[in-house]
Amino acid sequence: MEEKLKDITTDEQKEYLINIGPQHPSTHGVMRLVVSLKGEIVKNVEPHIGYIHRGIEKMCESLTYAQIIHLTDRMDYLAAHINNEAVCLAVEKALEIDIPDRIKVIRTIMSELTRLQSHQLFWASYGMDLGGQTCFFYGLRDREMILDIFEETTGGRMIVSYNCPGGVMYDLHPNFQKSVKEFLKHFRKVLPEYDDILTGNVIFHGRTKGIGPLSLEDAVNYGITGPSGRASGFSCDVRKHEPYSAYDRVKFNEVMYNAGDSFHRYLARVEEMRESMNIIDQLIDNIPEGPYAVKMKPVIKLPEGEYWQRVETPRGELGVFIISDGNKTPYRFRFRTPNFANLSVLNHLAKGFKIADLIAIFGSLDFVIPDIDR
Amino acid sequence: MDKIELGEFIKTLDSGFEIKEGKQFTEVTVPPSKLHSLASQLRENKETLFDFLVSVTGVDYGPDLGLIYHLRSTKYGHTVVIKSRTPDRENPQFDSVSDIWEAADLHEREAFDLLGIRFSNHPDLRRLFLNSSWGFPLRKDYVDDDIITW
Repeated sequence: MEEKLKDITTDEQKEYLINIGPQHPSTHGVMRLVVSLKGEIVKNVEPHIGYIHRGIEKMCESLTYAQIIHLTDRMDYLAAHINNEAVCLAVEKALEIDIPDRIKVIRTIMSELTRLQSHQLFWASYGMDLGGQTCFFYGLRDREMILDIFEETTGGRMIVSYNCPGGVMYDLHPNFQKSVKEFLKHFRKVLPEYDDILTGNVIFHGRTKGIGPLSLEDAVNYGITGPSGRASGFSCDVRKHEPYSAYDRVKFNEVMYNAGDSFHRYLARVEEMRESMNIIDQLIDNIPEGPYAVKMKPVIKLPEGEYWQRVETPRGELGVFIISDGNKTPYRFRFRTPNFANLSVLNHLAKGFKIADLIAIFGSLDFVIPDIDR
Repeated sequence: MDKIELGEFIKTLDSGFEIKEGKQFTEVTVPPSKLHSLASQLRENKETLFDFLVSVTGVDYGPDLGLIYHLRSTKYGHTVVIKSRTPDRENPQFDSVSDIWEAADLHEREAFDLLGIRFSNHPDLRRLFLNSSWGFPLRKDYVDDDIITW
């Protein structure tokens, strides 16, 4: 017996396997990480996914384009509006419809509000992952204001389903401009608090600086986009490289760093909140008059062919690829989701770090699990 | 390079490709046997430098099974689409490109999981979302009594 016990506890050659998840607060959803440990050092991380695989791509093949939009909310539920927009843009591109300026501006403002609330939730949960409980309350408190704005105009708080092919579902609420300005005023005031509590915190620096560094070559090779890629110096902002909606008429900076560690992935998101506020500032007083939707046929049939559209979600590049055979339902519908691509780098980043750092690395990549599983 | 120049350049790399100028991108159709060599040439060549694998899409074309690769160059910003298909539904085989782009690993596992396309030389080809007794749901001949149709 003693011999056996000794064998288990002191054999340094053996690796120790533990499961993090499927139900674990730090995985932010239903996902299992099988971690091989040697002492406290991570030797290998193997993500097991598919716990909430709903077969969205399969479902799309039997739904019309107007129906598909409502499924996309359920992928990355923190970027519901931007996912909707991707499908709408792809359909509008295929039908070669000109979209009036009012719709473009409304979509852009809504996208940036979506990005803001997503990054706020990232900030809140990342702080909590690393032991800062206050962050969660601060983050959610301010996010509530954006959700209220969404609720006023769209009727939904998270799952907005506000876009439809050819425009948006309803016109803006009369209070919209006022509420957005109130929110911006409030958030400009409290954002320095975010920096005080986390960005400049010595403990937080210790937990994140130099942890999980990602080089530029690896970021491109693994296909890491969004703030995680830009923290490594990978210029991949779709809003800059292939402007859609009203992004070609606003001035903003692409937030880029070179270090590529967890701290800079965090910093990129905090700075993006400032850029998003600047973008909204430029548009909120200049919403053009006009219709909020173009009249479309009740049944939309795309011409035969292949259509690719990409947009920038808060987590990276979302690609929508439609193969149409001319029917009212697509032949094949493919989502290139940012989280799915970003997941591939997890093992590469976590190897050689401690198990507590794995949580810091996982959190800094800002995964939303339904977006991985689809 | 723009669409036309890119198509002309790829023609010089090897013969046996079918190059079409699509609405958005240059589309290159290659037989499965030449897929890997074309991919590595496009990745390494200084003129093209396709270092970013955006997406791998598996498609069931009816009798054929196919793959569609979207490649982009981060230096030049141009995009190319590579297509390949095989009539073998029982044992569809393609060469894995995960030795060229690390990003291909998960995308290929997904194509294997949902369409049953096998990739030779893939480091870890296991089912990704579903368990091993499941069929391949994205195939057009997939039947499941529990699917609700309306």
